Amino acid sequence: MGTVELDDLARQRGEWLRGNGPEADIVISSRIRLARNLADFPFISRATEQDRARIEKALREAVLETDGVPKMLYLDVEQLGTVDRQFLVERHLISREHAESQGARAVAIDPDETLSVMINEEDHVRIQVMQSGFDLPSAWERINRVDDLIESQVTFAFHPRLGYLTACPTNVGTGMRVSVMLHLPALVLTRQIDKVFRSLQKISLAVRGLYGEGSQAMGDFYQISNQVTLGKSEEKLIKDVVDIVPQIIKYERTAREFLVKESQENLHDRVSRAYGILRTAQTISSEETMHLLSSVRMGVNLGLIEDLQIPTINELFIHTQPAHLQKISGVELDTADRNIERARYLRRQLNKEAGGPASKN
Amino acid sequence: MKCQKCEKPATFHITELTGGKPVELHLCEEHAREYLTQSGSEQASASSMAAALAHQLAQQMAVGQTAEELAQLDQQACPVCGITFHDFRSQGRLGCPHDYVAFEAQLGPLLLNIHGESEHVGKIPKRCPQGSERRTQVIRLRREMSEAVAEERYERAKELRDEIQRIENSGAA
Repeated sequence: MGTVELDDLARQRGEWLRGNGPEADIVISSRIRLARNLADFPFISRATEQDRARIEKALREAVLETDGVPKMLYLDVEQLGTVDRQFLVERHLISREHAESQGARAVAIDPDETLSVMINEEDHVRIQVMQSGFDLPSAWERINRVDDLIESQVTFAFHPRLGYLTACPTNVGTGMRVSVMLHLPALVLTRQIDKVFRSLQKISLAVRGLYGEGSQAMGDFYQISNQVTLGKSEEKLIKDVVDIVPQIIKYERTAREFLVKESQENLHDRVSRAYGILRTAQTISSEETMHLLSSVRMGVNLGLIEDLQIPTINELFIHTQPAHLQKISGVELDTADRNIERARYLRRQLNKEAGGPASKN
Repeated sequence: MKCQKCEKPATFHITELTGGKPVELHLCEEHAREYLTQSGSEQASASSMAAALAHQLAQQMAVGQTAEELAQLDQQACPVCGITFHDFRSQGRLGCPHDYVAFEAQLGPLLLNIHGESEHVGKIPKRCPQGSERRTQVIRLRREMSEAVAEERYERAKELRDEIQRIENSGAA
């Protein structure tokens, strides 16, 4: 049953890819997650299969029977196939750890994919709200409400001095990770990105790639998030990120202006070639696709490409990932076949969007 | 996640930002220490938050304690879930909420190193704002109950079951 619903998801565009939130040319999405644990069960590393099953049941009931939360799609992650699990990772609905671990575990997803609740990940519950553009305050308002609703039905492990207790001491206190995903191609091109990272570390903010912990910065996407969770209120943790992001946006815009002014021809050439390859290639890897889409995305934002919309490009970044290609084409493909299918998909989407001559391939 | 250099679980997650792009390292304690001590001036300038943190923990564990004292510390176990401090050190994950109480002396400095603070400021749940410690004891009671059953001490098992139910039904107490 889950698979049919997942196929529907594959055809729709997650809210966070809409590309129309505040500062959406540079800020892809704003995300907040809360880590919580039931007070009367061991943390996951010590939980028996029976514990895991009981935790899953208690939280399933709390999440699904909560009034005020839209009807959620509930997936038993343990029962899903490899491609389906990878598909959820690519959509940022579950973590890689959640996809790859074993034992009773699940995820609840709301219809527009802004809210997901992972059950039995590193902690018993990981609530996540992700929205397009730069809008952390409304993400906080939403996730705080969901947390209240779940908490009204279960007792979370909480210590008067240490706050919410988590499996890893790096999350204790608020249990909150606030992150903003930024597209910073001009800072990469002008080799200034290191400088930005160094200044962020000084104020205890972490920088990660597109798929979080352990992932490389594919397609010039970077996630900026808080490093500490204890001793600062949720509002303060949000404010720390909210205060710094406009500065990074400003640096990126300055770098873009510099590129336009100082090397307009080179920039235009780079963007056009990237667009040309994506529209004509016959076989293409995921990495090359990300790299070229990044140039095209900046080109659209700078008005160098006029026949393409940002939401379409945002979607291509996700739809050309391995599991998405396989879900969309409906068959399992090895790497070589995926590269062919990816090129075909890109030609179809980009030539359709551009209204250009229909590709004969 | 496994250590990138051996089969042990990775407990140190280091982000190196010295090169052109950030490089994520996932290492066990032994390899993290090796990485951080041999790295010399190049790494020292990295000032990576995570690297500094791992370094601090390595120091905290080593400073002022003999091997014997460390071994003794490692043997300390949580009365509720049963994990030893050594289990925590090697996995980087705690076993139950009570560990924060059971290992308070060791975790205190670690939390201060990680967060620069030691007291929660922020949201307080409406349910059990005074702490959910009593419910956490259910973990221990369940363990004792299954032991009692295994040893056919059914009277004791029944007492424990009633005790568990009393706590579970106490709701928001």
